Amino acid sequence: MKRSAFAAVSTIALISASAVVAEPQAEVLHWWTSGGEAKSVAVLQQEFADNGGTWTDMPVAGGGGDAAMTALRARVLSGNAPTAVQLKGPAIQEWYEEGVLADISSVAEAEGWADVLPASIAGHMKCDGSWCAAPVNVHRVDWIWANADVLESNGIAMPTTWDEFNAAAEKLAAAGVIPLAHGGQAWQDATVFEAVALGILGAEGFHKAFVELDEATLTSDAMVAVFDQMRTMRGFVDANFSGRDWNLATAMVMNGEAAFQIMGDWAKGEFMAAGKVPGEDFLCASTPGDGFLYNVDSFAMFEVDGEDKKAGQELLAELIVGPSFQEVFNLNKGSIPARTDVSLDAFDSCALLSAADMQASSENGSLLPSYAHGMALRGAQSGAITDVVTAHFNSDMSSADAVAQLAQAVANSY
Amino acid sequence: MSEWLENHLPKMVLAPSFIAVLVFVYGFIGWTAWVSLTRSKLLPRYEIHGFIQYDRLFASPRWDTAMNNLFIFGALFIVIAMVLGLLLAIMLDQKIRTEGVIRTIYLYPMALSMIVTGTAWKWILNPGLGIEATVRGWGFENFSFDWVVNPDFAIYTIVLAAVWQSSGFVMALFLAGLRSVDGEIIKAAQVDGIPTWRIYTAIIIPSMAPIFLSAFIVLAHLAIKSFDLVIALTGGGPGYATDLPATYMYAMAFSRGDIGQAASSAMIMMLVVFAIVVPYLYSELRAKTDG
Repeated sequence: MKRSAFAAVSTIALISASAVVAEPQAEVLHWWTSGGEAKSVAVLQQEFADNGGTWTDMPVAGGGGDAAMTALRARVLSGNAPTAVQLKGPAIQEWYEEGVLADISSVAEAEGWADVLPASIAGHMKCDGSWCAAPVNVHRVDWIWANADVLESNGIAMPTTWDEFNAAAEKLAAAGVIPLAHGGQAWQDATVFEAVALGILGAEGFHKAFVELDEATLTSDAMVAVFDQMRTMRGFVDANFSGRDWNLATAMVMNGEAAFQIMGDWAKGEFMAAGKVPGEDFLCASTPGDGFLYNVDSFAMFEVDGEDKKAGQELLAELIVGPSFQEVFNLNKGSIPARTDVSLDAFDSCALLSAADMQASSENGSLLPSYAHGMALRGAQSGAITDVVTAHFNSDMSSADAVAQLAQAVANSY
Repeated sequence: MSEWLENHLPKMVLAPSFIAVLVFVYGFIGWTAWVSLTRSKLLPRYEIHGFIQYDRLFASPRWDTAMNNLFIFGALFIVIAMVLGLLLAIMLDQKIRTEGVIRTIYLYPMALSMIVTGTAWKWILNPGLGIEATVRGWGFENFSFDWVVNPDFAIYTIVLAAVWQSSGFVMALFLAGLRSVDGEIIKAAQVDGIPTWRIYTAIIIPSMAPIFLSAFIVLAHLAIKSFDLVIALTGGGPGYATDLPATYMYAMAFSRGDIGQAASSAMIMMLVVFAIVVPYLYSELRAKTDG
């Protein structure tokens, strides 16, 4: 219904703008098709149309972007790449190496992106020194969510160390509450794992292990301790967790069946949609330890022919990083703006905390890419690590074995 | 002219499908074999790098699990489905009154897609929703049936669902086989006072050998290409405990951008199929030339 309304709007824009010579054209491949996401991308469509562009929507849902990537592969191989594609992390550089990405440095420099984006996030948007992608938002991954009533009635404060978390969890288990709501899917296991790893290895150790793939760190005693903590956490989830979707785990926290969930800030959307108030009904805090794990969605621009399409790319890039879109989109999506000079007045307390932490961690060097969400490593390497993490979490493998397998799996992933 | 047409028409009619098969089956098998020898990542590349992808494949514990699962799943699925199918067929063959109705009931699971079967069994087996919760609700507090969340037993739930889906179809195959056995021989045996179980084991079942072979081939290829059932029932989990070669290949090709690795796993899957189908074809062809 909404979509057809936008189609109508863009048709009108098309008619009224037909006098312009190179009318901006953009065919946009993305997988934002569910509720809040579709609403968020509609905002971009609207802005694009308002600026005289013609947007051709190419949503490909399924498999957390797998289906869209398959469609992209087919389009690139047939020599007919979409104008802009939702891509993130090292996958941007991976496509760049295939020689199919366009250079949007002229827009980035004119708009002064380097001054408004945190340095480590800007790094993801560059290929060989030139800008090739535009960031949309920043999701924080290392969040711990809690049911405020459950914590209060059991006399528990938000944990600030993993030992505190373990103590709290044992108390909750004794009281008959499921301490940790978790869904046993590989990516969720990996999400918990990287939060634990950040807490135990610290920011520097995390960078060494999951960005540089430093073998000494991957096989260190600290990494054994990370797996030990994962084994402890395994005892805090209910027996029924296998294969559960993350939003069902969030619902368990919401209705008081479980106390905590470790999940990125898309979980906030679930709480908000159910009419819960942050700080009153549910609590948000960063997981124990210092640092900030980000998951940044972005659009990469592909090499295309035709002035109208190039104009479309430039307009799209300008709008995506523009302050108004960054604000409206992120209010819908539950994330925070990637640029640091956007007014945050309309955002909730969790988003404010996230933005403040991003600023602080960017300054002290602990603003780190999430490995579990494909920001730190390429697919083959992060997949290899996830295989070990999920195999360890779902069996009785010892931590020492897991660490040995981790190093072997990483070495075998090239 | 018309004579020429008469001679060449069959070839002309067959040519398009022949060419299509040549390109889309054998051509792409060749292409996959080529890619499996390269270091292709996101997009296929064509510089040969030897057997690096196969080395990686055999060093991967996840591939080990997938192959083990294939053998456990394949063996149990084929044997149980055939035994159950045969028993059902023999029982149905006792000239019972409601045969039509019962046969339809047993055949019905075959009409469902594996996705539906997998989803239904996922709920039935889920300890918090299905059998375990129900039996506990009846008062048996210690009853436990958590195979689907237990990494050591999860693969057997896949066998369970697959057998449920396919044994009716095997029954139909066997029933047709039973009916095709010459009634005269059976009557002669009955006149001689041979017990019924002996008639089955010594006369009827041996004469159904070709049906066994057909059922085996159908079930074996179902087992090897099994994908949707695993995705719907366990999603490959817990961990990757129920991964099969097909789900491994999918993960490598479409989630991880590791096309070379996916191609090498596809080649191994094909070799497994060949190992089963080639002896079958060989025996078929030999039987033809003998006849």
